[in-house]
Amino acid sequence: MEIITSEFFQRALIGGVLIGITAPLMGLFLVLRRLAMIGDTLAHVSIAGVALGFLIGVYPIGVGLVFALAATFAIEKLRKAYKSYAELSIAIIMSGGVALASLLFSMGKGFNVSVSGYLFGSIYTLDDTDLLLIGIVTIIVLVAVFLHAKELFLLSFDEDAAAVSGLPTRYFNFLISILTALVISVSIKIVGALLVSALLTIPAACSLVIARSFKRSVITVVIIAELAVIGGLIIAGVWNLAPGGTIVLLLIAILLLLLSIRRKFSA
Amino acid sequence: MRADQQQTVCHQNVIELSNISFSYQQKPVLENVQFALRERDFVGLIGSNGAGKTTLLRIIVGLLKPDSGTVNLFGQPIGQFRDWNRIGYVPQKNAFNPLFPATVREVVMSGLYSRNKLFRRVTKADGIKCDEALHAMNIEDLAGKRIGQLSGGQQQRAFLARAMINNPALLILDEPTVGIDAETQQDFFHLIKHMHQHHNITFLMVSHDLDMIRSYLGEEPKGQSGKLKFYVKHSHEIEDCVETNLTHSLKDLRHSMEREKVGAGLGNHN
Repeated sequence: MEIITSEFFQRALIGGVLIGITAPLMGLFLVLRRLAMIGDTLAHVSIAGVALGFLIGVYPIGVGLVFALAATFAIEKLRKAYKSYAELSIAIIMSGGVALASLLFSMGKGFNVSVSGYLFGSIYTLDDTDLLLIGIVTIIVLVAVFLHAKELFLLSFDEDAAAVSGLPTRYFNFLISILTALVISVSIKIVGALLVSALLTIPAACSLVIARSFKRSVITVVIIAELAVIGGLIIAGVWNLAPGGTIVLLLIAILLLLLSIRRKFSA
Repeated sequence: MRADQQQTVCHQNVIELSNISFSYQQKPVLENVQFALRERDFVGLIGSNGAGKTTLLRIIVGLLKPDSGTVNLFGQPIGQFRDWNRIGYVPQKNAFNPLFPATVREVVMSGLYSRNKLFRRVTKADGIKCDEALHAMNIEDLAGKRIGQLSGGQQQRAFLARAMINNPALLILDEPTVGIDAETQQDFFHLIKHMHQHHNITFLMVSHDLDMIRSYLGEEPKGQSGKLKFYVKHSHEIEDCVETNLTHSLKDLRHSMEREKVGAGLGNHN
């Protein structure tokens, strides 16, 4: 039990709690706009950035962030080229990211150990820079979402109506993409690139099961994510399990529980 | 509601389309479409699938740019037009995901979130506007329900309430009766007709339901462009434009509807 009072665990907890606010928030907007897979894609591309960061000796999360932002632009460009098959662009960029990452891995065999930390998460190794970056991203996301809550709602619900109301839809789409890229690149050290999309999408999936209003679903996603992150970290710490995997499995357990409860209600 | 609306001359052009052409992947969809909508017109835009109805609608509201030609809204070129809250928009019924977590109230309120409202908070006055719109459409009891739980006809009313919350001068409806049973369609059309006759609202309704359009707008289209037909009815005799007994507030809408219903012996189908 003494692990919980240790410094690295406290850092993990702070980082996890912050990500537990921002990741599900951005995930909710993505899921409602049927862009759930974008989270996965950006995470895979970030990994290529992380690998490059190790290779050239630059702060890996920073390079991952640049890669995620670049991927956002690339997805938008490809979406335009394939209009009605927009999901194609996501598949292409995702595999491109993985390919580039594996190439960069093979170029620098020595750092394989630390890279795997970014694939599956290494929340116990968060340093001050990581925490600072997570803090800044959290503030940016919260300010943007708070400032534009009503516009983001309308845009998610009915993009055409938003455009007819004169809202700059392109700007808002862009805003969502940028914020998502920011959140994902700082999250990969916590749950891992392969698992980060769970933290984005599963809370939103839970809220679709139980929330009636948009306001409540915003609150629901954050509560569920925090339950899973805090609970998962404690369970993983006490029984010495992988924290990222524990958090994600806990999220899935919550989703299953909610689904079964709802079935009882409607039956 | 607004005094300046009463004083405006009746037959100003609300929408002016001149020589609109648009092609989609080298295939011409619209060619030299020419049409003007005057204040208090009810225009039915009819055309088979692929005739370019939705494309034209998207051009009118600025979602698409035409390859050539110009669109004027309320006398202003669309590029300079900023009064988006004068336009109410009712989408096709299937435009949203039924699982979407939003209450009827949240959806109706979203009619207020225009460009002019950016960075502004929702006020108490906005809440009252929302209550009035809900009341006018007779859906105030459903305000707390999730939009996807409503029947097709109720959803339509919710979207109409959203469009009406700003007291728009122009109401654009995109196939509002698709996927709704005949009786509810009748009810909805009755409501729309009433609004046209008693409120200072100009209507543009896209539809493929020729019978319904003809029954109100007459047998012959006033204009034609390719496969698109424009059926037009003005809300009153063209010579008689000084009609003053228009209801301008949403509050009165339901009241006057109910009076009419009692007279006609129509039930409420909600």
